[in-house]
Amino acid sequence: MTTPLLAIEGITKAYPGVVANSDVSFDIGKGEIHALLGENGAGKSTLVKAIYGLVRPDAGHMRWRGKTFIPAAPHEARAAGVAMVFQHFSLFDALDVAENVALGMDNPPPLRRLAAQIRKVSNDYGLPLDPGQLVGDLSAGQRQRVEIVRCLLQDPHLLIMDEPTSVLTPQEVETLFRTLRQLRSEGRSILYISHKLEEIRTLCDKATVLRLGKVVGRCDPREKTARELAEMMVGTKLHQPERPPHSPGDVLLEVKGLNLRSPSAFGTSLKDVAIKVHAGEILGIGGVAGNGQDELLAALSGELRAPAGAVCVRGETIGHMGPNARRALGLLCAPEERLGHAAAPEMSLTENALLTGAWRQKLVSRGFVNWTKARGFAEAVIKRFDVRTPGAHIVARALSGGNLQKFVIGREILQRPEVLVVNQPTWGVDAAAAAAIRQALMDLAQGGAAVVVISQDLDELLEISDSFAALNAGRLTAKRPVRGLTLEQIGLMLGGADEDSDAAA
Amino acid sequence: MLRLEKRPQPSTFWNWATPVLAVGLTMIAGGILFAALGKDPFAAIKMIFWDPLFNPQFAAYSRPQLLVKAGPLILIAVGLAIGFRAGIWNIGAEGQYIIGALCGAAVALAFFPSPGWYIFPLMVLAGAFGGWAWAMIPAILKTRFNTNEILVSLLLVYVAEKILAAMATGRMRNPDGAGFPGSRNIAQYPAAANPELIAGSGMHWGVVAAFIAVIFGYIMLHKHILGFQVQLAGQAPRAARFAGVAPARLVVLCLGFSGALAGLAGLFEVAGPARMISIDFNVGYGFTAIIVAFLGRLHPVGILLAGLLMALTYIGGELAQFMLGLPSASIQVFQGMLLFFLLALDVLSNYRIRRSRSEVA
Repeated sequence: MTTPLLAIEGITKAYPGVVANSDVSFDIGKGEIHALLGENGAGKSTLVKAIYGLVRPDAGHMRWRGKTFIPAAPHEARAAGVAMVFQHFSLFDALDVAENVALGMDNPPPLRRLAAQIRKVSNDYGLPLDPGQLVGDLSAGQRQRVEIVRCLLQDPHLLIMDEPTSVLTPQEVETLFRTLRQLRSEGRSILYISHKLEEIRTLCDKATVLRLGKVVGRCDPREKTARELAEMMVGTKLHQPERPPHSPGDVLLEVKGLNLRSPSAFGTSLKDVAIKVHAGEILGIGGVAGNGQDELLAALSGELRAPAGAVCVRGETIGHMGPNARRALGLLCAPEERLGHAAAPEMSLTENALLTGAWRQKLVSRGFVNWTKARGFAEAVIKRFDVRTPGAHIVARALSGGNLQKFVIGREILQRPEVLVVNQPTWGVDAAAAAAIRQALMDLAQGGAAVVVISQDLDELLEISDSFAALNAGRLTAKRPVRGLTLEQIGLMLGGADEDSDAAA
Repeated sequence: MLRLEKRPQPSTFWNWATPVLAVGLTMIAGGILFAALGKDPFAAIKMIFWDPLFNPQFAAYSRPQLLVKAGPLILIAVGLAIGFRAGIWNIGAEGQYIIGALCGAAVALAFFPSPGWYIFPLMVLAGAFGGWAWAMIPAILKTRFNTNEILVSLLLVYVAEKILAAMATGRMRNPDGAGFPGSRNIAQYPAAANPELIAGSGMHWGVVAAFIAVIFGYIMLHKHILGFQVQLAGQAPRAARFAGVAPARLVVLCLGFSGALAGLAGLFEVAGPARMISIDFNVGYGFTAIIVAFLGRLHPVGILLAGLLMALTYIGGELAQFMLGLPSASIQVFQGMLLFFLLALDVLSNYRIRRSRSEVA
C-alpha cells in the first residue's frame, strides 16, 4: 500500500490517575472506512480529540500524508482536511440551517451563496436539507445532516464520526450509510466510532479495537462475527443473555387511554397510550429519543399523575397514586437519567438505596431511617450486581456510568417488583455490564414479573423482548410478538405506521 | 497556572476546615480594616474575641450576653438551615421574628394584669403561630403562583417593620407611658415574663428552646426520612420527585418550620431581654442567622457553635465600639466578611487546586 492518509504512531496521553491512550498506533488509508471500537473509557474519545487538535498527546506522533501532523487547535486540523461530527450536536435551535452551518465554519461565505452550496451538497450526497428551515423544527436525523453537511462543505479528506447512529431510525441509518459509502467511493476516508457491532460489520473495511487505552486488535470486521468483535473489545468471553422458553401469565400492568400533557415545553405529550403486559413477559418499547419516553416513564412511576383508571396494576387502578404508593403495590421504575433522576449525584450509595427502597425494603420505621439496614441493602445491591466501588459510602457521581447503572437497576430488581419499567437500561454502559443487566431483566421476567424496557437500542430490544411496540410523537403502536418481526416492519412502527392494531400477546 | 479540579468525593476535612479558615481570614482582613481606621488591629481583634469572655473588667457583664445573643441566632438558624438544605430560601426570618414577637406580646397585653400560669404558654403558641403565618405568605404564593420566595419573604420584612412601628405607636402603646412609643414592660409582668433562669448565666427559655431546636433539628435531618427528603429535594429535585417527595408540601413545611422558630425567637426576646415592643425592637437577628446557618454548615451542631461565635462578635463589637471608638458599621462589615470568606472557601470542599501546564481542551 502507498503512504496512508493518516498514520498514528505511538500516541500516549495520560490524565491524572488514568492513562487514556498508551502507545496507540494505526493507519487510516485513503478511501477507507475505519472503525474504532472499544468500550466506554477505552480511550476512543481521547484519541479522536488528539487527531482533531483538541488534546495534545504526551508522546508519539501522527503523519498526515507522510508529513508530521500535530494540530494545536481544531482549526489547524480542519485546514489539513479533518472534519468531525460529534455525538452531541452543537446547533442553535433558534437559527436556521444556513446560519448554523456558517457558525461552524472558519471563513463562511455570504449566507446566500452558502445556502446554495448547502442545497447542492446535501442533494449530491442524498441528505436533502432546506437551508432556510429553523433547526429547532428538525428531527434528530435531520440535525445530524446539518452537522454532516457542515463538514462536507469543507471538502474533508478525513471525516470522523462519533457514534453517529445512536439517534437514528433504521431507515435513517440506511440513508446515512449510503452517503458514507458514496464518500468512500470519492476517495475520502472515514473514522467511524461505534459500539454497534452489526453496523461496523456492514459498513467498515478495517477495525482497530481499543481496550484500556491500548490497541488490542486489528481486523477486517466483515470477516468476524459480532460476537467475536465484542469479545475482542471486552477481552473475555461474553455472556450471552438467555432465557428458557416460557408462557405468559395474567395481565399485571395495563394502561389504557392514557393522555398526558408533558410538563415541559420541549416535551412530548402522550396520546391515547395503551399497554398490556403479562406476568413473565418483557415488552420492548422502541423509538427515537424525545418521542415521549420520559413522559411514559413518569406516568408509570407516578411522577406524573393520570386519571385513576388509566394505569392498573393487577386490576387495581393506580393512575392517581404517587410514586411510593405504586412502589408498595409492586410497580418499580428505573429512569434513564442516572445522575439527578434515578440517583442523587452527591449522595452516598446508602442514601441512594434509601431513595427508592425506603418503603418496600422497610428501611424506615415510624418515620425514622434505619441506616444500618439501608447500608445493608446498598451492600446487597453492590454484591449481587457486581457494582465496582470501594463501598456503600461512596457518592453516586464517583461511580462510572456502567457501575451506577448496575446499582440503579439492581436496586429495583432486589426489591422483587411485580412490574418493572426501565428506560434506556444499558445506555452508555460497557458490553459486559450491559449483558449482566439484560440477563437480570430476563431472570426477573422468568420469575414471573412483567417487565417494560424502553430503549433506543433496537438490537437490545430484539434480543431480550417477547413483544415490541414503538413510540412515535407520543403515540404507542400496538404491540407485536418479536418473533417473526422484520427490521422493515420495525422501521414502519417507529415511523408511526400501525396497520394492524389487534395485538397478539 | 492554577486550576480547579473537581474532587471525586466531597472532602469531609475541608467541609469543617473552611469555617475555621474563614474565621482566621476574617480576623486578618478585619485587622487590616481596623488598621486603616487608625486603630491598633491586635487590640481590636482581642477586644472582639477575647475580652468579652476573659477580661475580668468586662466578663461579668459580657458572659451572660453570649447566651442572650446566641439564643435567637441559633433558634432562627436551625429553622433556616433545614429550608436551605431543601433549596428553599427563607430570607425573611427577620419579619417572622417581628410578627412572632407582636403576636406573643399581644397575648400578654390582652391578659394584663391578670395572673395565670397559662399566659406564658399561650404566648409561646402565639409567637410560633405568628412567625408561621407570616412565612405562609411566601409559601402559598410560591406553591400557587410560583413566585420567588427569596423576594417575597425579604420584602415582607419591611412590611413587618411598618406593622411593628404602627403597633408600638398605636394599638400596643403603653397607656401609662405618658405618650412615649413602646408597649408596657412585659418582662415586669410576672405571668408573661421570660426571666433569666439561672442568675448570671444569661439563660432564658429562648436559649432552652434553641438547644431543643438543635437536638430536634439534628434528629430530623439525620435520622428521620423527612430530613432525607429535604436534602434530596435540595440536591436533586428530579430524584426527589422520583422518590415521591411532593415539592409543594416541602415548601410549606420548610417555610412554616423556619417561620415558627423565628416567631418563637421573637417572642422570647420581647418577653425577656428586649422587655417590650418598641419601634427599634428588631436588631437584625433574622439576617445574621443566615450567616450563622452557613457558617455552621447547615448542620445543627455546627450552628450551635457558629451562633456562639457570632454572638461573640456582636458583644465584642459593642465593646470595641465603646472602648476603641470603632464605628458601628465596621462590625457589620466584619460579620459580612465572615460569610464572604466562608462562601469563597467553600469551593475547596468540592474542588482541589492543582498546578498545571496550560492545555488546549
